[in-house]
Amino acid sequence: MIVETVIYGLVVGAVYGVVALGFVLIYKSSSVLNLAQGALLMLGGFICLQISQWLPGGVWFFILAVLITLVIATLLGFGIERLALRPLIGEPLISIIMMTIGLNVLLGSIGYAIWGSGNFPYPTDIIPIGSVSILDTPISYKYIFSLIIALLCLLLFTLFFQFTRSGIGMRATADDQLAAQSLGISTSVIFRNAWAIGCITAAIGGIIIGFLIGLNSYNTPVLGLKVLPVVLLGGLDSIPGAIIAGLIVGVTENLAGAYLDPIFGGGMRDLFPYILIMIILMVKPYGLFGWVRIERI
Amino acid sequence: MHNPCGVFNRTYEEDLAIFRTKTQWAILFGSIALALAAPVFLGNYVVGILIQIFATVIVLHGLNILTGYCGQISLAQAAFAAVGAYTSALLSQWALESALPEWFPSVFNFWLTVPIAGLTAGAIGVLFGIPALRLRGFYLVMATLAAHFIIMHVIIRTIGTESRSLPAPHIAGLVLNSPKSYYYVALVALIVLTYFAKNLVRTRFGRAWIAIRDNDLAAEVMGISLFRYKLSAFFIGCLFAGLGGALWAHYTRSITHEFYLLNYGLWYLGYIIVGGMGTTVGPFFGASFLIVLTEVLANALMAFSGSVTGTLVFTTRDMLFGLVVVLFMIYEPRGLAHRWNLFKAYYRLFPYAH
Repeated sequence: MIVETVIYGLVVGAVYGVVALGFVLIYKSSSVLNLAQGALLMLGGFICLQISQWLPGGVWFFILAVLITLVIATLLGFGIERLALRPLIGEPLISIIMMTIGLNVLLGSIGYAIWGSGNFPYPTDIIPIGSVSILDTPISYKYIFSLIIALLCLLLFTLFFQFTRSGIGMRATADDQLAAQSLGISTSVIFRNAWAIGCITAAIGGIIIGFLIGLNSYNTPVLGLKVLPVVLLGGLDSIPGAIIAGLIVGVTENLAGAYLDPIFGGGMRDLFPYILIMIILMVKPYGLFGWVRIERI
Repeated sequence: MHNPCGVFNRTYEEDLAIFRTKTQWAILFGSIALALAAPVFLGNYVVGILIQIFATVIVLHGLNILTGYCGQISLAQAAFAAVGAYTSALLSQWALESALPEWFPSVFNFWLTVPIAGLTAGAIGVLFGIPALRLRGFYLVMATLAAHFIIMHVIIRTIGTESRSLPAPHIAGLVLNSPKSYYYVALVALIVLTYFAKNLVRTRFGRAWIAIRDNDLAAEVMGISLFRYKLSAFFIGCLFAGLGGALWAHYTRSITHEFYLLNYGLWYLGYIIVGGMGTTVGPFFGASFLIVLTEVLANALMAFSGSVTGTLVFTTRDMLFGLVVVLFMIYEPRGLAHRWNLFKAYYRLFPYAH
């Protein structure tokens, strides 16, 4: 049981890592805390499902649907940045938090209005049904597949930040906006791209969750809130931190669900990340890899 | 305090007065008279909405002190309202069922359980406010988010998910179980607590909270004890949440944990943003505007298509709420209270623009 729990935790944790990456990226480049990640997750998953239902079945058409979803997510990111966040540059933190909360409620209820409250499993003919045996524990292909996709995304984004011009520009903007601007980096383009990547990571997370447990317009956004413990544990401004913390939160919450539920009578899996938040905030408020900022008057 | 041109403060009493001009007194007495007379010519449905607005405003006064004056953003206000509501429910039930003397439930009733509920919520608020001593900004938001989930989890695990019923308050042999009679309880509570909230932010505490909001490091250097004033802000904020929650629960007479989802905590924050943070009129504007707007919308939906389900109404409310908050953040981040001030300035100077 423990092997299965840990592996399932790793899969879920990798998804958290991918979504947290988008969160950290937006925070790093524009210091906006995107609490709308949950709704974006749900919308991404639903849009992909909807498009794949319009297209004929089959693996290749599904991949096409995923690509179309990513394009839509990019446009959504551009739109949100331009319409909602650009007017708030220079406003206090609560305005930005409230704006993203408002966006979360708005986008979430739009999803709810379109797709209703049912459960939407993804088509089962994309990933073959079956399992491989790891340490005498059968692990379903879809877990393996999801883990591979998530890790691939993490690898791709890491490479993007290390080697591409745009990625380095983003890290420069994150480090010091003024200095980056004086070296010819357009910060508005960087903000736009950061939001696009934030939406893309959320859509990928939504698609993987669709494969793993199916979509639900009520539960999926709640799942998106789990990204907050992840980014706090990893440090708000650390990309490797987001990935490692994603895995830690995924594994610990599943272990808590498996071993603490019988003691406390259920619900621990969903609660544990928040208990973790309290502990992290008390002990190490800047997370594992976050920068400790020295406050000055 | 911006007094109109020509109003001079010649004594300390005048300087300290909340109501300074004849117009302000007229508005005060006019609105109180209107509020007292309202149940006479309004139906039960509208009176119910008014009670909802009153209870919400009480909760919002707390959040306004905590977030608007002290700058500690809290998403957990719905959970603290739940603490108040459940405390009052459990205490009333205990008083009725315990093996204490016959006269006990008639003394230990609504008039005692609701204040105790407020104090309990305040005490738990202080407990969850402790992280605020080290944290600020987004990190504190996360701590309050965690507080919401932990409190609601404890409530669901210990009290259960089935609904709890609460008794209606009694006074001098009268049972206040109709909306119109309960309305006056809510109205008196609202007036007293608004007066309390307004005066609290004009005292030493209020000034310390504002200093902490503007810059907590600078405030600490000036000799303001962050420990004392941040925790007192949490206490007062959650006290109001508990009182408002308990008042509302004794009106609906039946509560479940679904009344206190995270979304409602976010709504409370949305109300004070729309109303205008850091002003005493803000909660009134925010709650009346949004509650009336959503009620009108829900009724319009029902009228246009006869077969509207409850979930669609809730969804549309959420959508409208999200839209209103987003639009307010873009076009009027200072809320309706700021618009009200602009209107007053315009009115005083009319017909001149400046």
